Amino acid sequence: MGIVASVLKKFHGGVHPAGHKELTERCAIESMPMPKRLVIPLHQHLGAPSEPVVKVGDKVFKGDLLGKEGGFVSAAVHAPTSGTVREILEHPIAHPSGLTMPCVVIEPDGQDTWNPQLKGVDDPLSLDPVDIRDRIKGAGIVGLGGATFPSFIKMSPPRDKVVDLLLINAVECEPYLTCDARLMEERSREVVEGIRIMLHALQTKQCIIGIEANKPAAIEIMQKAVAGETNIQVVTLPVMYPQGAEKQLIEVVTGRQVPSKGLPVDIGVIVHNVATAVAIRNAIQLGQPLLKRIVTVTGRGIVRPANLEVLIGTLVDDVLAYCGGLKPDTVKVVMGGPMMGLALYQTNVPVVKGTSGILALLRNEAPESKEHVCIRCGSCVQACPIQLVPCSMAWFAKTDQIDQLPGVDLFDCIECGSCAYVCPANIPLVHYFRYGKLSWQAKERENKKRELTKQRTQSREERLAREKEEKERKKEEMKAKMAAKKSGGAAADEKTEAKPAVNKTGSTKEPAATESKSGGDDKATRAAKAALAAKAAKAAKEAKSAQGSES
Amino acid sequence: MSPSSLLFTSSPHVHSGDSIPRIMEMVIWALLPATILSILVFGWPALLVIAITTLAAMVTEYLLLKIRARPSTLGDRSAALTGLLLALTLPPHSPWWICVAGAVFAVLLGKQVYGGLGFNVFNPALISRVFLLISFPVEMTTWPQPVGLFGDAALSLGNALALIFTGHLSPGEVMDAVSSATPLGQYHVEVISLGKTVQEAMGGSYSFNYLNATGGLIAGSLGETSALLLALGGIYLIKKRIITWHIPVSMLAGCLVPATIFWMVDGTHYPDPIFHLVTGGLVLGVFYMATDLVTSPVTPLGQIIFGAGCGLLTYIIRTWGGYPEGVSFAIVIMNATVPLLDQYTRPVVYGKAKKKA
Ligand code: SF4
Ligand code: SF4
Repeated sequence: MGIVASVLKKFHGGVHPAGHKELTERCAIESMPMPKRLVIPLHQHLGAPSEPVVKVGDKVFKGDLLGKEGGFVSAAVHAPTSGTVREILEHPIAHPSGLTMPCVVIEPDGQDTWNPQLKGVDDPLSLDPVDIRDRIKGAGIVGLGGATFPSFIKMSPPRDKVVDLLLINAVECEPYLTCDARLMEERSREVVEGIRIMLHALQTKQCIIGIEANKPAAIEIMQKAVAGETNIQVVTLPVMYPQGAEKQLIEVVTGRQVPSKGLPVDIGVIVHNVATAVAIRNAIQLGQPLLKRIVTVTGRGIVRPANLEVLIGTLVDDVLAYCGGLKPDTVKVVMGGPMMGLALYQTNVPVVKGTSGILALLRNEAPESKEHVCIRCGSCVQACPIQLVPCSMAWFAKTDQIDQLPGVDLFDCIECGSCAYVCPANIPLVHYFRYGKLSWQAKERENKKRELTKQRTQSREERLAREKEEKERKKEEMKAKMAAKKSGGAAADEKTEAKPAVNKTGSTKEPAATESKSGGDDKATRAAKAALAAKAAKAAKEAKSAQGSES
Repeated sequence: MSPSSLLFTSSPHVHSGDSIPRIMEMVIWALLPATILSILVFGWPALLVIAITTLAAMVTEYLLLKIRARPSTLGDRSAALTGLLLALTLPPHSPWWICVAGAVFAVLLGKQVYGGLGFNVFNPALISRVFLLISFPVEMTTWPQPVGLFGDAALSLGNALALIFTGHLSPGEVMDAVSSATPLGQYHVEVISLGKTVQEAMGGSYSFNYLNATGGLIAGSLGETSALLLALGGIYLIKKRIITWHIPVSMLAGCLVPATIFWMVDGTHYPDPIFHLVTGGLVLGVFYMATDLVTSPVTPLGQIIFGAGCGLLTYIIRTWGGYPEGVSFAIVIMNATVPLLDQYTRPVVYGKAKKKA
């Protein structure tokens, strides 16, 4: 029996938001003209920011490295075109708190000249898997579905884990977005080439491409594209949000659940977005780093909705202008899809690797409505794909009962928004979850700090105690020496001398036993025993303090 | 676009459009057929009882929030629904002050003292009915014969007004069918207290007819009458996903399973399950009272336990308790267990299922 379930399973809960894909599903991918300025954030992925390797005034080729990985979970950032580095500055980016980030500003020279050293490989399947991973890492590829997790990490499963299944996420369950569907319709060959490379790199035999049934054109084309492949299969999934969430997709296809706090690879699955497959193909076969992506520009606030191939670093303002601008009634601009995307505080922020869509919502599409009290209807419980009880999580977060949050499994929440979507009281549940998570993390940091201070004081006390014991021991030794100098028949004296040390260490048994055994005149043994007792006392003390910090 | 003009709210950025008023309105719609039937069956007084109670509930809510200087919540329709539900538990000839006292109690002590909708522990309509039943046992158990709205025996609007507001008819008028026992009351008196068999009790002075009971043509409180229309409304609510099947199914099972068992063991002293189903407030309780969103559990398992408890307690009170009807007490008692049920019946979180051996 393979890892794939014979029939599709259903994940718990889920919702059916209106698709609105008709706005763009027939818009072929267009390349957006070169903007005047590109603002490339050094941090566009999950994990540590990249470190800049260029300086102001540098001339760069297309594909040149701008920032290298700043940690293990990090990704490189490259110049999307050739030109001059004009500035390196803090620039507004799409961020939940409207923050700025260090960005490299490039003024394109219009030539779009590739770095001549970037070369692809004609026969990728002859490459060593490790080599492929290194190239993926070097190309700065991250998950293009929106989570932006550095892809090379997913391509390097731990040695003790076998990957049975490569799952290609082409579900695109977010309403409005059609970039993945268009990609499959127009570039199916590239998708398959990418999959072949990934299968080879992972040394995996089976791949499934999961596509929701509302994309019949993409399904048909992909089925044709994999017709000759024995180990790649297209699976049509019923439409249900959030099926494109990694955990839910795995559950539907394999019938298994990823352990809480675990990774898909723990059950032998690796999931990659379909656009990531193409990016990997381009990196290996053409030597191209990740410089552009397809963005669905949509929503009823957009004059001319489109699927655009956009260079990373293009400002949303420029994209909107290219699509005819915003309609006057637009109240909200979202980066990403409507369920999990990020509302933009301002539109002069750059498109990043994770930008799957730019969505402009009119007043009647995004009703701004008042929060009511929870009427305990349980709709959120029914909708949650993780089987959480969102109403209690939100209540604890809202009332700052932070200690309760782990008990209601807040950290298992994937922030899919299904609960808030159905909530008749219009409670911004996801907002409370984020707030709760941040509060808990802040508290954890506080606790750690306090723990550290406590440990420091403790170790100081321990050191002082040790020093004291050392002194006592020396005194003891001196006394023992003196006793040894006396005549041999002083066993009785020794007994009384040994006692204080025994009492002090608190473990009476062992030294007492040795006394009777040693019978008196072996001074070396006696000293060693005293030291041992002191050690035992210290160990006991340490164990106790460890217990204290745990509780 | 300038920063301040864009909405900067948390995801999701779309919504199902579901709202509290919509839910409340749906429940009111679902109750409408049975309400209209009860007016047809019991005539003008029924209409007056329903109107007075519903209006009083809304006025109370309005005044209370005014006093507390809070924004009015009349728009959420919950006060209207509470009033209507309470009215349906009242005898059709209830005097006006019963209606008003009940409505004030429901909204004030049943809901607003807890902080308003969403925070109340007990079903406001039912806690108020329990209060009325204990405080005014005579008025609450006087059941007129169903005389219809237009029939020969029907009361005129003037007579109905006189009856509800003064307690007796206009001078010179005599009521034909004054009062009768509800089927459950009959059973309680004759079988439980006097020791007769079910057949003797139901076939004797009062002839019990299943068809009449199902259709609503029997004595009882307004909403106890038509099991059929109430059930249809309930199924509509399940279809519209306002309520789920968990509580109705488990509550019916909780009451009817023991009823079936006892009836099979001793059919002379325990009436059959259909009798339990179509009489009294079981169907009203099952679909509209126990399922009250605020006062029932949010987890599916919690709802099943809650419903089963409501049903079982109903049967126990009906069969061995001091009152003929047990639905209100059963639900109110189970309301008190909801916080506990919610806490201990949380679903198994994704990825936390115990591994099968
Ligand atoms: S959906 Fe909203 S109102 Fe209903 S229980 Fe959940 S949080 Fe409360
Ligand atoms: S946002 Fe979290 S709590 Fe809400 S439905 Fe999604 S996983 Fe469940």
